[in-house]
Amino acid sequence: MAIRTLVESIRETLADEMRRDETMIILGEDVGPKGGVFLATDGLWAEFGADRVMDTPLSESLIVGASIGAAVNGLRPVPEIQFADFIFPAFNQIVSEAARLRYRSNGAFGCPITIRTPYGGGVHGALYHSQSVEAFFAHVPGLKIVVPSTPYDARGLLRSSIRDPDPVIFLEHKKLYRSVRGEVPDTDYVVPLGRAQVTRPGNHVTVIAYGLMAHYSLEAAELVAAEGISVEVIDLRTLRPLDAETVVGSVRKTGKCVIVYEDNRFGGYGAEVAAVLAEDAFEYLDGPILRVTGPDVPGVPYSHTLEDWFMVDPDKIADAIRRLAAY
Amino acid sequence: MTTVKASATAEHLLGADLGLTRDQLLDMYRLIASTRALDERMWILNRAGKVPFVISGQGHEGAQVGVCYGLRHGHDWMVPYYRSVAACLTFGMTAREIMLAQFARANDPSSGGRQMPGHYGSAIHNIMSQSSPVATQVLHAVGIALAAKIRGTDQVAVTSLGEGSSNQGDFHEGLNFAGIHRLPVIVVVENNGWAISVPASQESAVEDIASRAAGYNMPGVIVDGSDVLACYRAGREAIDRARRGDGPTLIEAKVTRLTGHSSDDQQTKYRSAAELEAGRGHDPLPRFRDQLRAVGVLDEASEAHLTAEIKALVEDATDWAEAQPEPDPATARRHVYAESEA
Repeated sequence: MAIRTLVESIRETLADEMRRDETMIILGEDVGPKGGVFLATDGLWAEFGADRVMDTPLSESLIVGASIGAAVNGLRPVPEIQFADFIFPAFNQIVSEAARLRYRSNGAFGCPITIRTPYGGGVHGALYHSQSVEAFFAHVPGLKIVVPSTPYDARGLLRSSIRDPDPVIFLEHKKLYRSVRGEVPDTDYVVPLGRAQVTRPGNHVTVIAYGLMAHYSLEAAELVAAEGISVEVIDLRTLRPLDAETVVGSVRKTGKCVIVYEDNRFGGYGAEVAAVLAEDAFEYLDGPILRVTGPDVPGVPYSHTLEDWFMVDPDKIADAIRRLAAY
Repeated sequence: MTTVKASATAEHLLGADLGLTRDQLLDMYRLIASTRALDERMWILNRAGKVPFVISGQGHEGAQVGVCYGLRHGHDWMVPYYRSVAACLTFGMTAREIMLAQFARANDPSSGGRQMPGHYGSAIHNIMSQSSPVATQVLHAVGIALAAKIRGTDQVAVTSLGEGSSNQGDFHEGLNFAGIHRLPVIVVVENNGWAISVPASQESAVEDIASRAAGYNMPGVIVDGSDVLACYRAGREAIDRARRGDGPTLIEAKVTRLTGHSSDDQQTKYRSAAELEAGRGHDPLPRFRDQLRAVGVLDEASEAHLTAEIKALVEDATDWAEAQPEPDPATARRHVYAESEA
C-alpha cells in the first residue's frame, strides 16, 4: 500500500476523479501551470488541459458563482478558494445561492459542487492566512462541511464529496498537508459523509475534535494515558451533517467530554456539539462539558510567541482532560 | 383582403428584414400583451388582499420579449431576475405557472410556494432558479455559458438585471470572466432609471451602463426598450455572435418602470408627476401595437380576437391557480439535500 502525505492524497484523488468523470472541472487562482499555492493541483493542468483546470481572475465570488452555473448546465465543478481566509467575497454565492438552490426550487435544481479550501493556523500565516471558517458555513442548511485529518480519509471523503449531489465545503488544514503521512489504498474506496470515527477507544473522557486538532487530541490522550486516564478520541471528519449518534454514544459511555477546536471560542462549531450533548446526554454527564479553543481575538497573530499563545496544542488539551478527569 | 395586400409592403419593412413572419410578430405581441394583462391582474389580486406581494415588469416587456425571442427554447438558458415575467413566458412558462407563483401553490414550478412571487424558475424550460440578492445570477449565467463552451453544446445563456444591480461586484466579476473566455452569454441590463427610489445619476458614474462593456472587451449595445423590433435585432446579433464563438454581449435596454418597485412601494413619493407621465410615453405595448396596426398585422377583428383570448387566458390562469392546493407543512423539510431514490 502506498504511503502518501495529505496533499499528495488530495492531488491523486482529484486526478482519479477527473479521469473517471469527464464532466469534472477545477477552477481557482493559480491552480493551472503552477499547480496551486500548496501544489494540490500540481500536474493536473498538464494532464487535463486548460478547459478543465482553469486559472481564474482574483474573483472568489466568480469562482463559486460560475461553478454553480456550470453545475446546473451539466458539469461537476471542484473550485478551489486559495485560502479559507479569502472565501468571504464568495459568502453570498455559497450561502444565498449554492446552499439554497435545491430548497428554493423545491428540488428542481441541484448544486453538485465541492469547494476545496485550505484553512487553519500554526503555519505563521497571521490573521489572514490562518482562519478557521467552519462555523460560518456549518450553520447553513443545504451545505455539507467536511474536514479530513488523514491521507486515507482525505481520499475517501473527497471522493464522496465530489460525487455528492449537493454543495460541499472541503476544509484542508494547511499544517497537515505535509506533516502527516499515511497508507492510502489504490482502490476506489469512499469514506461516507456524516460518519465520525473513534480514533482511540477509552473509558474515562471523550475528546471530540477534527482536522489538526484530531491529531493533537490523540497526542494529548497519550500524554495522560501514563497518568491512568483512559481517553476516547473522536475525529468528526464531517461537521455537517454531524454524526450525533457516535458522539452521544461515546459521552454516554464516558460521562465526560472535552471538545477541541482552534477557531475562536464564542459561537464556534464545538458549541453546537456541546448543545447536542447537553440535550441528548445530560443524564449521563459526570462533569461539565469543556471546550479547548482558540481565544476570542480577531485572528491568529504572526509573531511565533503570539501564535503559540493563540494555538491549541496537545498540552492545553491534556490540561483540560486532567481537570475533567478529576471530577 | 385589401388590408392584407396593402400591408404586405409595410410588413416587409417592419419584420421581414429581421426574418420575422407575420405569425411571429403576432406571437411577440401576444407575449407582451399577455404579460401586461397578467401583471395588471397581480396588482388587483394584491390590492384585493389575495396575494401579499407583487413585483412586476410593466414597461420592461418589450425588451424582454424582443431580446429573448430569437433564443432556442429547451436548448438555450435564461437566467432571470424578478422583473422577467415576459422573458419567462417567452421561454415557455405558462400563464398558469406564473399565477401559481403568485398564489404560492404546492405545484408552483418555480419554488412550490417557497419563494416570494416574482422568483421564477423552471428546470424543464432551462430557466434558472433565482434568489433575491441582486446580480448573483450574472455569475450563474456565466457558469452556464462556461459549461456550454466546455461541453460544446452550442447553447447560449441570457441573463437580465436592473441598472441598479449592475453596480454589484458580481456584475464586474462575471463580465470580466466572460470577456476573457469569450463565453456565449448575453447580459441584459434593463435600465429603468430607478433602483427602488434612487435615480440612476446616483447609482452609476456613467450614464450608459453599456459603456462599461469596453472594460470587458465585449460589445456594449444600447437599445430603446420600447422598440420591440430593435430589441429583437440586438438580441439576434448577440445570439449569433455567441453561437459563432465570438463571445459575450452587454445589452442595455432603456426601459421605463410603469409601477412602483413592488407592491410595497409608493413611487409618487420620489418620482414627479411629469417624470411618471414621460415614462408612460415610453411604454412598449402601445408602441408595438401601433406599429402592427400600421402594417395591418393587427386589425380591428384580430385585435378583438386577441383581447378576448388574453382576457380568457388571465381568467383561467387566476381561477385555476387559486384553486390549486397550498403546500403541506409536512413537506417543508424536503429538498434541503438531494433525496435518495427509495
